[in-house]
Amino acid sequence: MIARTMEIFINGASHQIAVGYTVEQLLQYLDITTQRLAVEINKEIVPRSQYPSHLLQEHDHIEIVQAIGGG
Amino acid sequence: MQDDSLIIAGKSYQSRLLVGTGKYVDMDETRDAIENSGAEIVTVAIRRTNIGQNPNEPNLLDVISPDKYTLLPNTAGCYTTEDAVRTCRLARELLDGHNLVKLEVLGDQKTLYPNVTETLRAAEILVKDNFDVMVYTSDDPLIAKQLEEIGCVCVMPLAAPIGSGLGIRNPYNIMMILENATVPILVDAGVGTASDAAIAMELGCDGILMNTAIAAAKHPRLMATAMKNATLAGRQAYLAGRMSKKLYATASSPIEGHFI
Repeated sequence: MIARTMEIFINGASHQIAVGYTVEQLLQYLDITTQRLAVEINKEIVPRSQYPSHLLQEHDHIEIVQAIGGG
Repeated sequence: MQDDSLIIAGKSYQSRLLVGTGKYVDMDETRDAIENSGAEIVTVAIRRTNIGQNPNEPNLLDVISPDKYTLLPNTAGCYTTEDAVRTCRLARELLDGHNLVKLEVLGDQKTLYPNVTETLRAAEILVKDNFDVMVYTSDDPLIAKQLEEIGCVCVMPLAAPIGSGLGIRNPYNIMMILENATVPILVDAGVGTASDAAIAMELGCDGILMNTAIAAAKHPRLMATAMKNATLAGRQAYLAGRMSKKLYATASSPIEGHFI
């Protein structure tokens, strides 16, 4: 059986992922689970506690941010 | 000297120098310069994570640990209230509910001057949303007072444009802001060298925030130490109370007992 995929946007770029991914699964897929991050979907913050349960939807606009040097 | 701590949002700090973490050549230089500056509050920017590019690249928070420093996420690069508020909310999530932020809403890329009307709007929203807001603004005494009345925990007028290194261009405005203030006033942006930091502190500022003056020095680690010393020297001179200025000379050695 071929897994169905859907389009999402991560930090402005289009990605195809399997339908039914949670935020946690997405971060695992992107190999960035060890980093200190914050996630926003369609301009709404997704609290870390909801990563395992929050299901991604087609055409979600996801921002994944971190702290970098700045003044 | 007796205890002379700086209190921001109920927390007490020994250092009156706050520093940014931008523009250093690498993480080692960042860590060393921040360490040498003696700063306890350190600003960071919030930016997109690089997806798929070197997941093992060193993370700033490994070098500037939130356990050691009070992190002050900024809204640099935001030109609207909405963007600044979004950035603060992401920062709070990123830092596990830590609600101290540096609000800056810029108006123009060439001057990086604050957009004051947007800054006022954003400050109101953030204060209502329980953020402790340290706000970057112009050196307008009336706006500084308004930001204080909105509930900002700290008002931070610029000395000169961000990254310009021009020093304190209008000490009289800073003095007016200080005279009216009941929250800490920090000079944020525009200092170029140690004497600029000392001047800000001698005027009576409660602290000073800088980035480029250290990071863009030929030897940032050494400049960080210079800034630490200048900030402390300026503060001590302010507390000591300087002599009054006179047009003509006054001999330092007694006239009495002179034998010539």
